[in-house]
Amino acid sequence: MLAKKAVGFTPALADSRWVKGLLIATALAFLLLFLVLPLVSVFVEALRRGTDAYWAALVEPDAVAAIKLTLIVAAIAVPMNLLFGVAASWCIAKFDFRGKDVLITLIDLPFSVSPVISGLIYVLLFGLHGLMGPFLKSQGIQIIFAVPGLVLATVFVTFPFVARELIPLMQEQGNEEEEAALVLGASGWQTFWRVTLPNIKWGLLYGVLLCNARAMGEFGAVSVVSGHIRGETNTMPLHVEILYNEYNLVAAFAVASVLAMLALVTLVVKTVLEWRFGAELAATRH
Amino acid sequence: MSFRDRLSALRANRFSAGRLSALAAGVALAMLTIAPAKAQTTLLNVSYDPTREFYVEFNKAFAKKWQAENGQTVTVKQSHGGSGKQARSVIDGLDADVVTLALAYDIDAIADSGALPKTWQTRLPNNSSPYTSTIVFLVRKGNPKQIKDWDDLLKPGVQVITPNPKTSGGARWNYLAAWAYSLEKNGNDEAKAKQFVGDLFRNVPVLDSGARGSTVTFTQRQLGDVLLAWENEAFLSLQEFGADKFDIVVPSLSILAEPPVTVVDSVVDRKGTRKAAEAYLNFLYSPEAQEIAAKNFYRPRLPEVAARYADRFPNVKLVTIDGSFGGWRTAQEKHFADGGVFDQIYQKGR
Repeated sequence: MLAKKAVGFTPALADSRWVKGLLIATALAFLLLFLVLPLVSVFVEALRRGTDAYWAALVEPDAVAAIKLTLIVAAIAVPMNLLFGVAASWCIAKFDFRGKDVLITLIDLPFSVSPVISGLIYVLLFGLHGLMGPFLKSQGIQIIFAVPGLVLATVFVTFPFVARELIPLMQEQGNEEEEAALVLGASGWQTFWRVTLPNIKWGLLYGVLLCNARAMGEFGAVSVVSGHIRGETNTMPLHVEILYNEYNLVAAFAVASVLAMLALVTLVVKTVLEWRFGAELAATRH
Repeated sequence: MSFRDRLSALRANRFSAGRLSALAAGVALAMLTIAPAKAQTTLLNVSYDPTREFYVEFNKAFAKKWQAENGQTVTVKQSHGGSGKQARSVIDGLDADVVTLALAYDIDAIADSGALPKTWQTRLPNNSSPYTSTIVFLVRKGNPKQIKDWDDLLKPGVQVITPNPKTSGGARWNYLAAWAYSLEKNGNDEAKAKQFVGDLFRNVPVLDSGARGSTVTFTQRQLGDVLLAWENEAFLSLQEFGADKFDIVVPSLSILAEPPVTVVDSVVDRKGTRKAAEAYLNFLYSPEAQEIAAKNFYRPRLPEVAARYADRFPNVKLVTIDGSFGGWRTAQEKHFADGGVFDQIYQKGR
């Protein structure tokens, strides 16, 4: 830059001030229009008939059941994907084997498949006329149109979040530290807990947060396998749709606002972590 | 001590107060764990879109009656959606004790999967349809486009809102009512009916997948000039949004829509809920339930209830699916199957 200025070139960033201003203004206007306004309108609509109506909508038994169900599904799906994500990225980043690319592609599959299809494959598998349906029925096991189906669909859809976050991170970090630990006599577990995990913890947390946000908000796949039984197999997003279709706008937006708040909490946790451990995070995420 | 004495002592001992109370406690405990399972019956009613409000009220009445007669609590869970989609879910294993759908064909589809006998529709009175409805027009207040009858829907510049007949039961009734009107008007000329319905659907800007979706499109998104709707759905819109916003227009001819109900045999036999499920459906025919149906804008079957609500439900010439279309299977095959009449006119229109 200095050199360029010296030889009399127009500084590349001379008009940076107003370009920068314009870009920031555009970005802000965009955010305001597409993110903040809708978010605010959710809360405005939810509180349109006062806080009493708002609370009534949230403590109504079907709404409570929907909130509980959403939390249960996320509480099962997220740890499963956490385990899977760590295992998969460990094996992909630290080992060389044939078909590694295929495995990476497979992990990405849920990103590219429409959620509706993700739901339908479970109907095809576990439906009464599906591959395993008749056998399961004879054993009295209900998979789709029940909690297990909801969990399966959610796990499938949120499958790549943790792994996708960890694979590049672990690949970049390489094997040296683990090798050193092993050479110094650490066992496999010790290596994992004391070397690998501390290295990836921020990436892991990121992945888990994203995974959780999606698990609670998933609509398409869950809608296909839910059966929409009120108070039983309706998650929060499904419950919102039902209320909306019943012209019960206040209740619909009240439940939607809870979903929005859960998302905001996720965002705040993420931001706090970044702020508190920013330097460390930057070091591991490059 | 004689043997007999010893025996009676033993007996006395066995039934001593302490043991007896322990036994009683044990029995009570067993009752506690078993009792809720026995006294509590849960039914799942898989229904179509516009019945939500009706069944909320009906389920309460049924629970009360069941409690009074059997001393048991019965909980009825509800699932609502497009009629065809709901039938699909039941076929795929949604554990419905009873289905209460928009049209017989959707239950026929469940029967074809083997879950219930194909003669299901003869099991209850009135074609197994305890309440009926018909198709009417919902227009904006004051009827600015002067829509009076089916012909007016074809006028240029009139936007008609109806769901997709491929997925929605209500939409199939809409379509067939228009078809029947044209046949009636043009001396049973099928080619003209095809032209008529084709022109009508060219005035449809958007096809929602279910009846409720279309109602939301018309009432909340303010799209279109006229909504082809279930009579009950039209009345509900007036109730929800105020009679000052919309008017109901009853055409000169419409169709008798019979939403049928049945027990799903494979499910109730497995769950052991047949008795409750059958009582549930039979109760739909009782004066009390007919009253609830009428209050929720369904046309009741019982003459004495119908008489009380006569001013609400105007007399309109109604054709029937069996009389004019040879039953649902024939109508479905001809009009709504892949490559059927609807596909032909709708694709041509695009």
